Amino acid sequence: MSIEVRFGIKRGEFSLTIDTEIPEHGVTAIFGASGSGKTTLLRAIAGLEAPENGFLKVGGVVWQDTNTFLQTHERKIGYVFQEPSLFQHLNVQDNINYGLARSKRDKSERSLDDAISLLGIEHLLKRMPWQLSGGEQQRVAIVRALAADPSMLLLDEPLAALGDEQKAEILPYLESVYQQLDIPVLYVSHSRNEVARLADHLLLLDKGTIKASGKVTDLFTSLDLPLAHQTHAETIIDTTVTSYDAEFGLATLKFSGGQFVVASNPLDSQTTVRLQILARDVSVTLEHQKDTSILNIFPVTIDHLVKESSSQMTLRLLAGKTPILAKVTCRSAQSLGLKIGDTVYAQVKTVALLR
Amino acid sequence: MILSEQDLTALFVTLKLASVSTLVLLVVGTPLAWWLSKSQWRFKYLIEAIIALPLILPPTVLGFYLLVSIGPNGPIGGLVDALGGAPLAFTFTGLVIGSVFYSMPFVVQPLQNAFSSIGERPLEVAATLRASPMDRFFTIAVPMAKPGFITASVLGFAHTLGEFGVVLMIGGNIPGSTQVVSIAIYDHVEALEYGQAHWLAGSLLVLSFLLLIVVYGANRRYTVAKP
Repeated sequence: MSIEVRFGIKRGEFSLTIDTEIPEHGVTAIFGASGSGKTTLLRAIAGLEAPENGFLKVGGVVWQDTNTFLQTHERKIGYVFQEPSLFQHLNVQDNINYGLARSKRDKSERSLDDAISLLGIEHLLKRMPWQLSGGEQQRVAIVRALAADPSMLLLDEPLAALGDEQKAEILPYLESVYQQLDIPVLYVSHSRNEVARLADHLLLLDKGTIKASGKVTDLFTSLDLPLAHQTHAETIIDTTVTSYDAEFGLATLKFSGGQFVVASNPLDSQTTVRLQILARDVSVTLEHQKDTSILNIFPVTIDHLVKESSSQMTLRLLAGKTPILAKVTCRSAQSLGLKIGDTVYAQVKTVALLR
Repeated sequence: MILSEQDLTALFVTLKLASVSTLVLLVVGTPLAWWLSKSQWRFKYLIEAIIALPLILPPTVLGFYLLVSIGPNGPIGGLVDALGGAPLAFTFTGLVIGSVFYSMPFVVQPLQNAFSSIGERPLEVAATLRASPMDRFFTIAVPMAKPGFITASVLGFAHTLGEFGVVLMIGGNIPGSTQVVSIAIYDHVEALEYGQAHWLAGSLLVLSFLLLIVVYGANRRYTVAKP
């Protein structure tokens, strides 16, 4: 089952037309430039905007159609706003209790305690909001949203108002929250880096319409979309740990197209690890180079290639079924005679562990 | 005894009038201020102008129209009469009605500002946490507008304390019923009883000053507490 979303919203010059389905599991990032309608879409799902016409069905229940419009307080959501929005007249504990008391939560308190310790706010419970840093306030806001026992979590760029340091501090918390939740998470972001780290699915918004939707790993490497053509184009691959070599500090990570050997801290076998490979860190050779320091070399087929400029070219390579982007110079492409369908070897110089 | 029994009664009537009027003003003014702070109605400014009228209108003008309308031939007086109620002119109830109109802007404006300054966000947050509109009003809007409520109450109370013209027009000067301090002072001065006028005027001065200290002290505390 999925979340069915159909909205038509007009606000002066701006209009938003959405017709899509959002998976009921995992994190879906709503990604796009500012003004593309990300926040409006999220607010409409929360019932904070009333679309002129719309249809919304969550978990088999119609929240909105021609005759139905559930008010925001009747929708089982958790919402985290862009700027910290704690109730200034209540302390942290009472902020959390606000949603808790109104949610008719029948679960034990344990899951809430888990959320409190997961986000590391035990020591803040008696404080007032203005005594907290921006990052701490957002952590409390996340716990408060979770305390209301939502069946869907909506986050509107929860990190946008924070400095880089606080972002870095809160990202790991968000990751662990997302991994432990069994409810769908909709996450608005214009940060490519956050999306790469956090999201499973992607909804690409442009000027009020959906440009593409699908798995992050697919959309990041689709040459039909702008993401793959940016300077920092990257490939995201979800892998599983098969072994760890403590002597050299190297983990072996399996994916559908082969395996990566990556320097890392010790990793347990079978844990899933998301890898990031920048397109400019991937080069291609016609022969399998044996005398090289590069650890990760795969046979790949050229699936697609696009000239970016007179000097640069982006290749979409397939290792098994897994796409990998590579940026090469047009001169190299010409001298190697690269064309679609060729089998070549991809050399991956640097692999980063995202999570 | 420095204050005569009649002066004490006037003081008591004044305090009772100010208390009752403030209560009525809060009950009437709170929903009105809430509506004004939320409404997108294009003619809202007309209501705002009407509420602000007592700020610039001479109290005798306001008092005159009130007297006409609560008199037996006026719209309010006629209605009360038709419902079998006692006449309102020259009664304590009449004074309360007059005071409510007279002090309305002093209660509605601080409340409206306080509600507006909360903004939509905290109420939206509360809605996402399952709070119904009524719930949001009492658990978010009212507590967050607390400085506004303190200001509104004290200003409404203090302004009613100092009422003269409206009271004189619709209440007259009946000792024990409608004679308030400001009018009692006027009577003392007329009778050249400057000593008694001093004591009574002094009492009102001290009382008003203390009230304003509470307002500004409270507002200062709120601004200091939230950098």
